[in-house]
Amino acid sequence: MILPELGHWALILAFGIAILLATVPLIGAWLGDRLWMGVARPFAVAQMLMISAAFAALSLSFLTDDFSVKYVAGNSNTLLPWYYKLSAVWGGHEGSLLLWALILSGWTLAVALLSRSLPEEMVARVLGVMGIVNVGFLSFILFTSNPFLRLLTNTPTDGGDLNPLLQDIGLIMHPPLLYMGYVGFSVAFAFAIAALLGGQLDAAWARWSRPWTTVAWAFLTVGIALGSWWAYYELGWGGWWFWDPVENASLMPWLAGTALMHSLAVTEKRGLFKSWTVLLAIFAFSLSLLGTFLVRSGILTSVHAFAADPARGEFVLMLLLITIGGSLTLYALRAPAVKSRISFSERSRETFMLVNNIILVVATLTVLGGTLFPLAAEYFGKEVSVGAPYFNLMFMVLAPALVIFLGVGLSSQWKDTRPGVLLKQVPLLAVVSVPVAFVIPLWMGELTFSAVLGMFLASWLIMATVRDVQHKCGSRGWRVGWLKTTRSFKGMVLGHLGLAVLIIGATLVSNYTVEKDVRMTPGDAHTLGDWVFRFDKMDHLQGPNYLSDQGHFTVETTEGKVVGQLHPEKRRYVVSGNMMTEAGIMAGLWRDLYISLGEKLPGDEVWAVRLHVKPFVRWLWLGGLLMALGGTLAVMDKRYRFRRSKPAPQPEVSSSDASSAALPGETS
Amino acid sequence: MMAAWLMRAAAMQLMRVGLILGFTLALSVHAAVEVYDFTSDEGYARYQSLTYELRCPKCQNQNIADSNADIAKDLRREVHRLIEEGQSDDQIVDYMVTRYGDFVRYKPPFNTATLILWVGPAVLALCGVGGLFWLGRRRRQRQIPNETSLSQDEQARLDDLLSDHESKK
Amino acid sequence: MMRRLVLFVPLVLFAVMALLFKVMIGHDPTELDLARKGQALPDFTLTDLQNPEQRWTQADLLGKPYLLNVWATWCPSCRAEHPVLVDLAQREGVRIVGLNYKDDRAAAQQWLVKLGDPYALTLFDEEGRFGLDLGVYGAPETYVVDAQGTLLYRHVGVVTQDVWRNTLAPLLNGPAGGSQ
Repeated sequence: MILPELGHWALILAFGIAILLATVPLIGAWLGDRLWMGVARPFAVAQMLMISAAFAALSLSFLTDDFSVKYVAGNSNTLLPWYYKLSAVWGGHEGSLLLWALILSGWTLAVALLSRSLPEEMVARVLGVMGIVNVGFLSFILFTSNPFLRLLTNTPTDGGDLNPLLQDIGLIMHPPLLYMGYVGFSVAFAFAIAALLGGQLDAAWARWSRPWTTVAWAFLTVGIALGSWWAYYELGWGGWWFWDPVENASLMPWLAGTALMHSLAVTEKRGLFKSWTVLLAIFAFSLSLLGTFLVRSGILTSVHAFAADPARGEFVLMLLLITIGGSLTLYALRAPAVKSRISFSERSRETFMLVNNIILVVATLTVLGGTLFPLAAEYFGKEVSVGAPYFNLMFMVLAPALVIFLGVGLSSQWKDTRPGVLLKQVPLLAVVSVPVAFVIPLWMGELTFSAVLGMFLASWLIMATVRDVQHKCGSRGWRVGWLKTTRSFKGMVLGHLGLAVLIIGATLVSNYTVEKDVRMTPGDAHTLGDWVFRFDKMDHLQGPNYLSDQGHFTVETTEGKVVGQLHPEKRRYVVSGNMMTEAGIMAGLWRDLYISLGEKLPGDEVWAVRLHVKPFVRWLWLGGLLMALGGTLAVMDKRYRFRRSKPAPQPEVSSSDASSAALPGETS
Repeated sequence: MMAAWLMRAAAMQLMRVGLILGFTLALSVHAAVEVYDFTSDEGYARYQSLTYELRCPKCQNQNIADSNADIAKDLRREVHRLIEEGQSDDQIVDYMVTRYGDFVRYKPPFNTATLILWVGPAVLALCGVGGLFWLGRRRRQRQIPNETSLSQDEQARLDDLLSDHESKK
Repeated sequence: MMRRLVLFVPLVLFAVMALLFKVMIGHDPTELDLARKGQALPDFTLTDLQNPEQRWTQADLLGKPYLLNVWATWCPSCRAEHPVLVDLAQREGVRIVGLNYKDDRAAAQQWLVKLGDPYALTLFDEEGRFGLDLGVYGAPETYVVDAQGTLLYRHVGVVTQDVWRNTLAPLLNGPAGGSQ
């Protein structure tokens, strides 16, 4: 088979095309040469074709168990089912980079195809900048992390197997979705750089960037939610967020992206905050790149990190210097120092959105600081760990501030809000939210500060959103009024409700989870909260590539009504010898019942078992999905579909103009 | 038990040499469950929160509650013992710090070295608020008819931008 | 002009961060500093590996600097470094005290019979309590202790001739340590 070689050649060709894409159109835009600018689109198509070919070649090597390819030998095994063989393509460092490059080419292609209405210069610059990024990643793959390398001698007869943790549906989907998000921010980044290069930072630029940013953000949201869900059921600890550096690496671009999405809304609608918005666009993508560096350089300790390799770290650091350093230099030199003359008052929606932008950026920098602090401390000869207790504390302050201002912002109007309106609306939110804040925690059990705070915020946010919808519907009534609203308005409502759902889930699961480590033998029963966990028997099974101890548990209510069966497992993967726990989970909208099997204790079938009852844990991921759905709905708004006929928006829009309503974070 | 230890130790060794490709998470991630009896429920609650806030010295990045590394087991045993002996949370954390340094605390202490970590976010927020006020003041100043804050160059670019919108209308 | 300068802030912050990365790249984040560095060896009373009747305390070790080597039969790296220790003890006369950590007494005795005994004496820490007081988080670990019983340094991982020559020997034979 020469398949891997073909893949390698395709990758080299893609590299060449990316270099052309990164240079010719940009020079063309600089010289004003239409022919040179015009090659951007064909190059984008060719690049996508070549990288797809490389990716297909690697996938085929996996499917056909070609263990002469070092990467395949290290990450696959003949016993693996075919779908895991396929997902093993991105199960390791090299292949996941190739996936990254594939997705970047995909986004580049999408921009090339969907940019008919854009000025030629803009298209050339945007595609050129994306080409530059891809040159960086392709050179990284080719020079340090080639997945097509062969083992010329000692070809193993079987592979070293895919990490059992990755043999899971959640992890098949998690990296592609996450990368769609990370890489998707490169579009907003490219638009920002193109605008800086061309000196045209205007409302039109914001409108072009907006849908791309929102789509990328939605992908990232789902990707993070999926990762959290996976950690919850696969790691067997029952936790859903660990503040591990790798998780932080995905949270930072998400926070910055959220800020960007809202800032773009203001820039498009009111022509404000241009400089800030450009900076956020650079910031969001830079943080995505930074995440890559943190995960792959081995500079930080993480549960999820790829094998440490300083040489690769050096290379990514160089990429960071060029892309982030370069773009920030360009920003410092070319960002408009001119303040727009558009006025807005302290009580306007603009002001509140700016406040929330600042809070989001402070949150991003807090996560960044907390993640990098141990590294800096180490430089000064101190060993410090920064973990969950620190971040939880910080977010206990930042999240409330964010939600309070979000509620106030939703109650305000563009340009200026009459003082009377805010004075009437805001107390109303509080009047409803304070009782909710006490009633729900009391109903759940103990009254704690964080539970009261969390429920207050959720209620505050839901009330503000409902009032906003009511205001929007006006006299038309709820049903007709709601149908009349634009998709972007609906998207915004959904997104904010999603955040409220997330807050409810996070608050209740962290305050009212009950868990207990117990010693159990078949026949034993243990009561936890309102549930009785009965250990029926233990099975010893053989899976396709593992041996398993499987417990059979029956859960009953305290009245003796059977609720269901749970089957926690402990697996030993034969090839790698890894031990894995598969938690037994019974999911529910109101609570999850969760059992993880621990060690076998001395005695006949005596097991250490951890039982959990986790109220509202599903709401975490439901909230994430709602947010992503909101984003998706918003980009389906009409005005993004009929771009050709649409003039660029005017920087000044009157606050009563209902026709151009918007994305998350705004209404008119 | 012994065999598992050997496997793990061997795996650690392999990792040092850099033979393991891809994720290193593989090093036996299975739930660490032990059964300790506490004389009071309060003791059990303290055990849960303490093991959650203490970092396993050997692991990649895990608290001692989740890790099933041998050292994490030992530390859990110590936490249980010290709680049952009636030691306070601070005493137990001190006990760990004496042996393993500040590294074991997921919640770093507040001192001059960590000042920036604890105060940084507040300072940033203040900068943000300050920036907002500054922006607001400038804007109000700009309402005054004769604008002197813009240089000629800046004015030219502003006009350029505005005329650009004009032409697109 | 102020405004223009403000625009450079992100670039400067990024430069600082990149510099930190540049300096720290390649360091091993998993290696832990010795918390008790510069402090006295913690108190202990342990039996001798070979002779369960014989009890040792830290006072018995004072007077001469030594290496305190943490080892166990379940630790493959310990096997890798053992010949080096034997060589150091026999050829260079280095005083090495063994700390047999969370091990089986009979297996450990066997090990020394088979592979040679480089240790002046071996402490038997079955429960790992002394190891915990010392801050041991894995085996092998090798501590440098001076004549007054002060902990000077910890090496984590296998001791090789290079590690001995470049790191351990200068500390052991340093001003506080005197001659071998």
